Amino acid sequence: MSWSEHLPIVPVVLPLAAGALMLVLDERRSTLKAAISIATLLLLLVAALALLRLADNPVAPVYALGDWPAPFGIVLVADRLAAAMVLLAAVLGLAAMVFSLARWHRAGPRFHSLLQFLLMGLNGAFLTGDLFNLFVFFELLLAASYGLALHGSGTGRVRSSLHYIVINLGASLLFLIGVSLIYGVAGTLNLAHLAQRIPQIAAADRALVEAGAAVLFIAFLVKAGMWPLGFWLPSTYAAASAPAGALFAILSKVGFYAVLRIWLLLFGGGVGSELLFYGGMATLAFGMIGMLASQELGRLAGYSLLVSSGTLLAAISRSDGAVTAAALFYLVASTLGIAALFLLIELVQRSREPGADVLAVTAEAFGLADAEEEQPEEQSGTEIPAVMALLGLSFVCCALLVAGLPPLPGFLAKFGLLAAVLAPEPIPARAWALLALLTLAGLAAVIAMGRAGVRIFWAAEERSVPRVRLIEITPIAGLLALCFALAVAPGPAMRYLHDAALALHAPHGYIESVLGRP
Amino acid sequence: MELIVALLIGTLAGSGVWLLLRPRTFQVIVGLSLLSYAVNLFIFVMGWVRGGRPPFVEPGAVVDFARFADPLPQALVLTAIVISFATTALLLVVLVVARGLTGTDHVDGQEPDA
Repeated sequence: MSWSEHLPIVPVVLPLAAGALMLVLDERRSTLKAAISIATLLLLLVAALALLRLADNPVAPVYALGDWPAPFGIVLVADRLAAAMVLLAAVLGLAAMVFSLARWHRAGPRFHSLLQFLLMGLNGAFLTGDLFNLFVFFELLLAASYGLALHGSGTGRVRSSLHYIVINLGASLLFLIGVSLIYGVAGTLNLAHLAQRIPQIAAADRALVEAGAAVLFIAFLVKAGMWPLGFWLPSTYAAASAPAGALFAILSKVGFYAVLRIWLLLFGGGVGSELLFYGGMATLAFGMIGMLASQELGRLAGYSLLVSSGTLLAAISRSDGAVTAAALFYLVASTLGIAALFLLIELVQRSREPGADVLAVTAEAFGLADAEEEQPEEQSGTEIPAVMALLGLSFVCCALLVAGLPPLPGFLAKFGLLAAVLAPEPIPARAWALLALLTLAGLAAVIAMGRAGVRIFWAAEERSVPRVRLIEITPIAGLLALCFALAVAPGPAMRYLHDAALALHAPHGYIESVLGRP
Repeated sequence: MELIVALLIGTLAGSGVWLLLRPRTFQVIVGLSLLSYAVNLFIFVMGWVRGGRPPFVEPGAVVDFARFADPLPQALVLTAIVISFATTALLLVVLVVARGLTGTDHVDGQEPDA
């Protein structure tokens, strides 16, 4: 067995091992922990890139855990979409980790381990080919995200985390009900096997399977933040610390990913497409209004995440390969952009008191007050000149990405999406509605981000220039540079995501990869 | 038998949902616990409600599978119990911290009339 056959398990095992190792290290050895974290994330990035290469062929690499054959054992399936999502998670994880090195990783206990466990849960959820295993990985990533949402403590975080945890525990119970209903009728939990079995189910039992799937999808859509299940999202994400917020940008995409994968695999994109469409449109409208109404940048970013979720849900409801391909490109661009925005917000708001005082309280609680306030030279990295200009530039880039304006890939993605939606003749009414709402949402994003930018960067009499470290601006610049690269040379990424989308719409390839050729 | 189990699950789930919608954090956590009992029972009966059937077979013996229970729902229930136990414990900690920080046990962190 060559090393590459074990590659699909690496993104799960690597963060698990690193996170477990760091649990036994003393809290005070933060330098060592940081070194382990960064090394693990770099390795994870390399593994994800290798996996991406491996996945880019017609037969997806399948890893049978414990070498039990497919319908009985649990399999990991690294098809194109899963590999791309693993890479995206690794990139965001690295950016959040580097950002947190300046100060956040010392703002509470076990930050490094929680971040690794979150990545493990994310990667597992992307790679798994088993419905119940998906539940286990969801719980893992949620448990780690509860810890990260609370990271830094403070009344606001505890209050919004309480809502977050209760809602997600409720959603997990719905997940279990859905899984057991599907298992009770179909008698299997392997996704590929389910895809084979479901068309053979007698008409009388079909309603039960569909009801089970509907309950299951409610659990996914709570994570994706679909209206009316997403009211918890903006306040939780706005309250979370900056690195956690950046990672949470991909957390809501896990729900979307699960919907996309399971809906297309098990039901071929037929049943329930109206629900996804109207739900997505309502989410889009709600996120747009929320963006316009937000006073605070954190909430603005949270609502922009809802806009992105709504766009994706409404787009995939077409269940058309070209539209899905464009939606996947939009997913990558918007996730990178919103993650950069979450990181940026903390820097921009540093000189505005509300964010800073929460951090100060936390630092005090952990006995870090001196290190933070009186000896700034002990912080990692060097201060950089022309801070406001750099922050302003980054903010403009984020705004362009979120609003979908040229020259950044947000525009390419939206353009591709609209072109694909409007392709067939005659153009359906739903396509016009999506076009109108998507354009309006772009306008709303421009207005909201423009207003926020003017307030922060131009109305500057009474404000001091924030102290920003090089190590904090680097991950933001890195994420934005990736976006620029996607805009300059979108060819390879688009080609890859197009193949990924077509593979999603032709599930027999996935089924054959897992169960073998019949 | 099926009717009794169904009524039991329904009662547990109904009480759980009612408590989940109450404004005090302690009620919410008890509601979530009741709901998770209901869901665990629900998963369990997906393997059908029949007594006297072991979930394992003797190695080597030729067996009639209709006389044995499906072991998978039992394994799923075990996993679900462990996970919901752990997350409920975590929620309990957050609840106590929230009580300490906000000075109230209301789920919104403040009394409605305050």
